[in-house]
Amino acid sequence: MIEITNLKKVWEDSGAPVLEDINLTIQDGEIYALVGRSGAGKSTLLRCINGLTSYQEGSLKVDGHEIKDYSEKELREFRRHVGMIFQQFSLLERETVYRNVALPMTCWKYPKDEIDKKVKSLLELVGLSDKLDAKPRNLSGGQKQRVAIARALTMDPKFILCDEATSALDPKTTNSILDLLKEINQKLGITVIVVTHQMEVVRKICQKACILENGVIKAEGSVRDIFFDQPEALLNLLGEEDASLPPQGHNIQVSHLLNEISDGELFGRMYEELKIVFPIVNGTIQEYEDDRMGIFTINVSDKDYPAVADYLTKHGMRWRDLSSNAN
Amino acid sequence: MTLKNFTFAQIFKMLIVPAFFATLKMLAIAGVMSTILGFFFGVILVVTEKGGLYENIVINRILDFIVNMIRSFPFIILMISIIPFTRLIAGTSIGETAALVPLTVACTPFMARIFQNSFKEVDPALIEAAQSFGASKWQIVFKVMLKESVPSIISGLCLAIINLLGCTAMAGAIGAGGLGAVALQYGYQSFNLKIMYSIVVILIILVALIQYFGDWIYKKLK
Repeated sequence: MIEITNLKKVWEDSGAPVLEDINLTIQDGEIYALVGRSGAGKSTLLRCINGLTSYQEGSLKVDGHEIKDYSEKELREFRRHVGMIFQQFSLLERETVYRNVALPMTCWKYPKDEIDKKVKSLLELVGLSDKLDAKPRNLSGGQKQRVAIARALTMDPKFILCDEATSALDPKTTNSILDLLKEINQKLGITVIVVTHQMEVVRKICQKACILENGVIKAEGSVRDIFFDQPEALLNLLGEEDASLPPQGHNIQVSHLLNEISDGELFGRMYEELKIVFPIVNGTIQEYEDDRMGIFTINVSDKDYPAVADYLTKHGMRWRDLSSNAN
Repeated sequence: MTLKNFTFAQIFKMLIVPAFFATLKMLAIAGVMSTILGFFFGVILVVTEKGGLYENIVINRILDFIVNMIRSFPFIILMISIIPFTRLIAGTSIGETAALVPLTVACTPFMARIFQNSFKEVDPALIEAAQSFGASKWQIVFKVMLKESVPSIISGLCLAIINLLGCTAMAGAIGAGGLGAVALQYGYQSFNLKIMYSIVVILIILVALIQYFGDWIYKKLK
């Protein structure tokens, strides 16, 4: 379990704050996302977890141990249990796939036969058994990231930290890497912490997420709740503009899971009960994890607004008023 | 003795061949010593720089200054100005063995820069990755930085060795022997063109061979 309380970090040379008052808990076995734009501090927060960078105030405990209190030697030992993968894969270009994956174990002086067994089984897991002797430059981006994942798994870590691990990959490859991460999470029970700016990564594999803006957590919770509630931080991240919405009346955004109720059903029933006609002014359907969620915006007149609001609340729908005159 | 009594083949065998091996010997010994020392100082330069594995600005600045200072000497001046030091180490300031001292002193800073620059080219993300799985600092230097920069080091070494060859010829001027000494003595002082140009040709071939060999290894390793 990772417990972060009131964590604060400033850049050592300029004193500018990077992370402020960070509070979050990551349970074992979760896939947790740290989301934000570049410069939001998400990668720095990730590096605080395995001690690649330090923090000045607050506490960051991994399985009850304060990272700040580790000596250099203890920190190295601790990092054996925390694998990490990177955006640019960070493989030794001059070494073979086999030796890249073996590197952590050779550094820790494992016996040769144990290394051999482990490396081969991991390369099988990531689907690269036939590439043992290939050099990274002869691999595709997705294959390189698979090698990096195998390397991160060599010492049976409890946690895997992913720093923009899919940002350099095309959408199809991204999906296959995400599937692999999910498989690792489920099969091996490894906690995965993902830093990303791609919302589809969050939607696809993460159970929980926190959104960072300028070093501050702006939203935190289950991915389902965040997408339902559409907090401002999420909208900022998605870069959604409200400009195209009609200026008059109320623009009500309703979000719902499609396997609970379809949009047609919802609005049909509303019409039947309230006898109110309203246009749908915006709508999207997003996929995340194993569900699909509809987010629709309807425009209702000021006169009808109370009745519609009442109806949605009564039926337990998640909604909010996007209009500028909303209070 | 006058050279006129000898055929060119005899002169070649008597003068040029031993000189060639004397040059090779100087090149090899000074080359190996300056590579070892240069590696040592190059590593120190890299690990002590800002953000390095053992950041230490004071040591870094001092070493950087010394390297720059030695490199700014023309070799012939350096050789003469460190004669007391050469005597201290080699016991004499004349001859092949004595010449190894200024040759190594001159070549080491060059080598140090080659190692430093090659190490600096290694992607910092690789070093971070090695840290992330708990590699020690020395493992990072040897298993990551050195390993990844070998091709770049080889092409740098090649440059340094060719540079060193030029220096051995100059060392001939103060009695180090070798091809340089023969070229000076017979070519410049008694104006024997045959001997001088044979040596020039040998030097050209030698440089070409070193370069070719260096490029070949570079391609092999890349």
